[in-house]
Amino acid sequence: MSLSLDDVSRIARLARIEISPAEATRTRDQLNGILAFVEQLQAVNTDGIEPMAHAVDVVQRLRPDAITESDRREAFQAIAPETEAGLYLVPKVIE
Amino acid sequence: MINSSLKELAAALAARKISSVELTTLFLDRIEKLNPTLNAFVTLDRAKALASARVADTKVGAGGTALTGIPLAHKDIFCTAGWRTACGSKMLANFVSPYDAHVVERFNNAGMVLLGKCNMDEFAMGSSNETSHFGPVKNPWDITCVPGGSSGGSAAAVAARLAPAATGTDTGGSIRQPAALCGLTGLKPTYGVVSRYGMIAFASSLDQAGPMAKSAEDCALLLSAMAGFDPRDSTSLERPAEDYSRDLEKPLAGLKIGLPREFFGAGMDDAVRAAVEAALAEYRKLGATTVEVGLPNSNLSVPAYYVIAPAEASSNLSRFDGVRYGHRAADYGDLNDMYAKSRAQGFGDEVKRRILIGTYVLSHGYYDAYYLKAQKIRRLIAADFAAAFKDCDVIMGPTTPSPAFKFGAKAADPVQMYLSDIYTIAVNLAGLPGMSIPCGFDNGLPVGLQLIAPWFGEARMLGVAHQYQQVSDWHRRLPAGLEI
Repeated sequence: MSLSLDDVSRIARLARIEISPAEATRTRDQLNGILAFVEQLQAVNTDGIEPMAHAVDVVQRLRPDAITESDRREAFQAIAPETEAGLYLVPKVIE
Repeated sequence: MINSSLKELAAALAARKISSVELTTLFLDRIEKLNPTLNAFVTLDRAKALASARVADTKVGAGGTALTGIPLAHKDIFCTAGWRTACGSKMLANFVSPYDAHVVERFNNAGMVLLGKCNMDEFAMGSSNETSHFGPVKNPWDITCVPGGSSGGSAAAVAARLAPAATGTDTGGSIRQPAALCGLTGLKPTYGVVSRYGMIAFASSLDQAGPMAKSAEDCALLLSAMAGFDPRDSTSLERPAEDYSRDLEKPLAGLKIGLPREFFGAGMDDAVRAAVEAALAEYRKLGATTVEVGLPNSNLSVPAYYVIAPAEASSNLSRFDGVRYGHRAADYGDLNDMYAKSRAQGFGDEVKRRILIGTYVLSHGYYDAYYLKAQKIRRLIAADFAAAFKDCDVIMGPTTPSPAFKFGAKAADPVQMYLSDIYTIAVNLAGLPGMSIPCGFDNGLPVGLQLIAPWFGEARMLGVAHQYQQVSDWHRRLPAGLEI
C-alpha cells in the first residue's frame, strides 16, 4: 500500500513535525519509496517465530527505591529555552 | 609521533621523551591546519585540552594507566560536561552538556586528554556524513569522497592523524563502515558491553559504542577502558571486567573462518572482492581454514532494520520538544504548534524521514504488519548467525560493497544510501561484535575486511585481526598531503 498526502499529514501531526504543503509531495514519495523497500518482509513466513525485541536476553534490573540523584535544577534549567522561578515555560495549555 | 601506536605513545610519555602537553599541542596544531579542509571536528577547545594534558602530566607514571596523557577525540554523540554536544544537529547546536556519558567518564578516569568533538551524521542517521548540520566531513584519502557515516568525523580525524584514536557508535554499521572507507580499524562490541548512558539515543536496542583506531592492538586497549557494567544503562551487562588484549598473540593455527555465501554474491565491487580474497589467502597462510556458511535471511536485514531503527528513533527523538533543552522556534501559537515548528526547524530531512517512518509503523493498525513482523525476522537473522558459529570461530567478508563514493552519489535516494550498510546491519540486529580492518586499496581508496565473532568474542576477534596486521601493512598506509 502507499501513502496519500492525507496520510502524510496525519503521520506528521502524530510525530509533531510541521510539513509545509511544498514539502508534502516529496516527503510522500520518499516515504513510499522506503515502505516499498521494506514491503519484502511481508513475503516471509514467520508463523510461530517469537519477536526479538532485544539483542541479549536480559530482564529489567531492580534497585532499592532510594534517592540517588542530587538536585541539579539550576544546571539543567540553564540550558532550557525559557524558564522562570525554577519552572519551564510553555504556551498556556489550560484556559 | 603521529603514527605511533597507543603503546608507543604511552612508552614515550613514561620515558619523559614527550609530555602530554607537547603531544596534545602536536595534535591540536595538526587539527588547526587540516580541519578547515576535512571538517572532522565540530567543537574544539584548546585551553580545556591543554588543561587536562597538564593534569595528565602529573599522573603519567605515578598512578596513571596505560592511556594516561594520550589524546583522544569523541564522536559528538557522547555527552561531555562543559562541552557543546550537538550530535550533528541544529536541534542541539547550542546544547552544552551538564554531565558526562559513561564512556567519557571512563576515558577521563583513565587520564586520556580530550582534543575535541567529531562531526557526524545528524543523530547518527546516515552513511556518508552528508546529513550533518555542520556540513560533510571529507575523506582524507580523497576529499571528493565521503568518509562514511555516521562516525565519519571520528574516522577522518584518525585517518588524517589529527587524533591517535577516537570513539564511535554503531547502530547499523556506523563504526565499521567509516573505518572501512577511511582505512582504519574499528570495533563494535557485543550489545550491552559498553554503557549507553549519556550517548544520545538513536535506536536503543541496536546502539553500541566502540573504538576507532589505527590497529587492533590499539582498539583492544581502548575497549578495555570503555567496557564495563553501568547501572545507569538498563541494558548494560553485569559481567566480569575483561582484558581485551589477552588473545592478541594467540596463533591462528586451527582457526575456522566462516564465509557466508550471501556476502560473496552479486553486489560487491570486483576490487573489494579481490582485496577480501587476498586477505583470506593470507589467513590461510597463517594456519586458518575457511568454510562456507549460510546466512539465508541476511537479505532481509536492511528492510527489517529500516522498520526497527526508525520505530525506536521516533520514540527516542520525541524528547526533543523545545521545552527543556534544544532548539525552540522563535514564533509559534499553541503548545502543539511550538512542538511542530521547533521540531520542523531543528531536525534535518533524513531525521524527519526516519521519525515519520517510525511513527507510521508504530501507529494504530500497522504495528503488527511492520514492527512485530520485523522483530520476528530479527530473530531469524540472529538464529542464522548462531547456526553458522557451530561451524566456525569467526565470520569474514567485506565491510562495504564498494570503497568510498563521491559526495552526492547516493544522497538523493534514501534506499540506495541504506544499502551501503548491507553487510554490517545484520550484526547489529543479532547484537554480535564486529569489526573492520584495512585489507587493501582500490584506486587509492581503502577497502575493509569485516570480522564477526560470536557473542562476547571480542578478545579472540581482536587477536585474529592483530595477527593479520603483523603480516600486512595496509593499516600503516597514510593518505597523501597530510604533512604540515
